[in-house]
Amino acid sequence: MITREPVYTDEPDNALTGIWRSVVLGVGDIGRAGSLTVQALAGIPALFAAGRRRHEWARQMFLMGIKTLPVISVVGMFTGMILGLQVGLELRRFNQEIYIGSAVMVSLLREMGPFMTGLILAACVGSSMAAQIGTMTVNDEIAALEIMSISPVRFLMAPRMAAMVVMTPVLSFYTCVLGVIGGGIVGVTQLNVPLDQYISMAMDFARMRDLYVGLLKALVFGVVITGVSCYEGFTTTQGAVGVGQATRRSVITSFLLILVLGYIITRLFYDL
Amino acid sequence: MIRFDKVTKQLGGRNVLDELSFEIQKGEIFTIVGPSGTGKSVTLKHMVRLLTPTRGSVWIDGTEISAANGSGLDRVRERFGYLFQGGALLGWMSVAENIALPLREKTRLTEDEIGARVTDALRAVGLEGDGGKFPSEISGGMQKRAGLARAIVNRPEIVLYDEPTSGLDPVTARTIDQLIKRLNEELGITSVVVSHDLQGALLIADRIAMLTGGKFVEVSPPEKFVATAQPDVRSFLDAQFISKKGLAGM
Repeated sequence: MITREPVYTDEPDNALTGIWRSVVLGVGDIGRAGSLTVQALAGIPALFAAGRRRHEWARQMFLMGIKTLPVISVVGMFTGMILGLQVGLELRRFNQEIYIGSAVMVSLLREMGPFMTGLILAACVGSSMAAQIGTMTVNDEIAALEIMSISPVRFLMAPRMAAMVVMTPVLSFYTCVLGVIGGGIVGVTQLNVPLDQYISMAMDFARMRDLYVGLLKALVFGVVITGVSCYEGFTTTQGAVGVGQATRRSVITSFLLILVLGYIITRLFYDL
Repeated sequence: MIRFDKVTKQLGGRNVLDELSFEIQKGEIFTIVGPSGTGKSVTLKHMVRLLTPTRGSVWIDGTEISAANGSGLDRVRERFGYLFQGGALLGWMSVAENIALPLREKTRLTEDEIGARVTDALRAVGLEGDGGKFPSEISGGMQKRAGLARAIVNRPEIVLYDEPTSGLDPVTARTIDQLIKRLNEELGITSVVVSHDLQGALLIADRIAMLTGGKFVEVSPPEKFVATAQPDVRSFLDAQFISKKGLAGM
């Protein structure tokens, strides 16, 4: 059951009470968003058993993947070009610009690929999810599903979660590929690094673990974006203003969590 | 069938419902009227546990729905149909798909059987031929009727109507009223109607309740309701030009 009632119905007596209530509400929000996320993940197997839900899953993958492809392509390409240019300029001071390929490849695989993909999906897809579900909530469509004993989490959130779980790693890998191409263009055309040397350096220094950790990060970001955005949507109140606030909160929270979790995952997998 | 036992609901620091107690019998059309913001829709939402009482309990036959959870809550809710004020149709589905939704998700009917049930429901609300349209392509009145078709397609025992005629022209409003009455008579559906429209309430209700200050100040059959001297009811009736003789006395 989705909670749609305020925890506190009266104004706090003083500032201390207000702060304490904010802490309690924040912890409650984290708990409920986490619970919805787990329920949505648990609902994914059932999704594949029902033909109609598979169509919704495919539709969501199209919306998340294909519709964001132009933005992802531009961002991926220019991230690689910027990385290549910045790193290349520094390396050239030491006549080491041949290593530009390895720097671009490792940065993209480990961090920039999943990070940039996460930010774009949070901004494009997460905001759209929060706005759509938020509008459904204020229009009583979520309540209507609940009264029909149709779980909104399984019906709406699970297909989106399944689509994000698949598409975020795929798009992250795509960002990395385009980034490496972008870095290569800068390296070959502006830093005079031979193409074969760029490719060999890129391939020699990258390890499979970099790829796996990057894909894991992307997967986690996908789960977090869906969890946060859907939770914000389900708890929307106060009509159109509330939908706007939910959308803004979903993007800000997703951005922050992507940064924090990105650091934590890196720290877990790479020793100092 | 539906029983409120001293239900109090606090929202925004005030008691929207204040120890409200009443009972609705099986097969009855029970209409709740009252000024805006007095808690009519809040009362309706407690019946399906979209809201939970701050104090007190709500019972559906022998089950306390205000304390039910999980599959227990689902079982009780499956006995209900609910018509929301705006219809609450899912925007990306056609009218027919919206109506078929509870059947597809909650029953094992074949597509042919679902199609037949949807056609029947569309015919019942006068929307045959409009099943392929999307909610954004039909008027507010048609959306309400489609919402009603979805509410009854699963053949519920109880249907809750939240402002079924608000925003509709008088002819469509009377059509909806007649439909509520017909469903009650033909299928034995228990109906709870929240409305501002006293004329419609007088036409269809078995009992009318006036909600003011979190309590019912009057609960009586239509003929007694219009004749009451209760001041809140009188001013509500006067505002809608309804005399003590009822609609005939207009």
